Amino acid sequence: MSREKDALERVSFPLMNDPESSEPRGSDPEPSIDEARLRQQAIGVKLRQMFDEIVNEPVPQDFLDILRRADNKRAFGGQD
Amino acid sequence: MVQRNNLDAASETAFKRDLVALIPHLRAFARTLCGDAAAADDLAQDAILKAWDARSSFQMGTNMKAWTFMILRNQFYSEKRRSWRQSQLDQEAAERTLVAADDPEAPVALDEMRLAMAMLPSEQREALILVGAGGFAYEEAADICGCAVGTVKSRVSRARRALHAILEQGAYDRDGSPAGEAMRSILSDAERLSGPR
Repeated sequence: MSREKDALERVSFPLMNDPESSEPRGSDPEPSIDEARLRQQAIGVKLRQMFDEIVNEPVPQDFLDILRRADNKRAFGGQD
Repeated sequence: MVQRNNLDAASETAFKRDLVALIPHLRAFARTLCGDAAAADDLAQDAILKAWDARSSFQMGTNMKAWTFMILRNQFYSEKRRSWRQSQLDQEAAERTLVAADDPEAPVALDEMRLAMAMLPSEQREALILVGAGGFAYEEAADICGCAVGTVKSRVSRARRALHAILEQGAYDRDGSPAGEAMRSILSDAERLSGPR
């Protein structure tokens, strides 16, 4: 199974079993429940894709530097 | 801000290794809170230092990801209270982030999704990100946000409905592309991703 497909299924937004999301649809005959589910899933995939895109960025060196500096501070017993 | 450190060397090494592994996730969460990529990295770095300083209060074996996300979130809101940034997510910053995301293959819908997310109230946005993208259970998200599980659930479902409506109607600030375009594009992407290869 491809990673993306896995993501799509994993997303399986809890929307549909969320009691608070079962708003009345009377005034809005369209789209159908299936269609709405499909749309929510698609949004979920996109959301995760957006987040993962950042997660997959290389970590800037600053981030590793601050922890190294924190380490040195400890080693030398100083506090800046 | 001196915090006595009671960890032995091995625990400290393990803590640091886990913290480093969480950096990409903290950056992503920070970016969704702040919008602006540079401000987000500052926030993430502050949170990482805070987590490091507080390492002796972390209970090994508990969920470090949730713990660090909570620190980051608290940091975000306390800085916001000190109003070093505008209270609302700055739309211009969101636009700059969009421009910075320069994957030529990335469908336009990803950008529209960012703009649409930026329109949500921050409580809804963070709840949706934690549950929908961060991989947290409702209970964990509730711990991170310091609210009841039911509150998280309703924020998430409101966020989803709002996002859907925004994308469907093209209510975000856009550059002339017709309403409904974003949702169509998102749907076709999802079909492409889930279809047979």
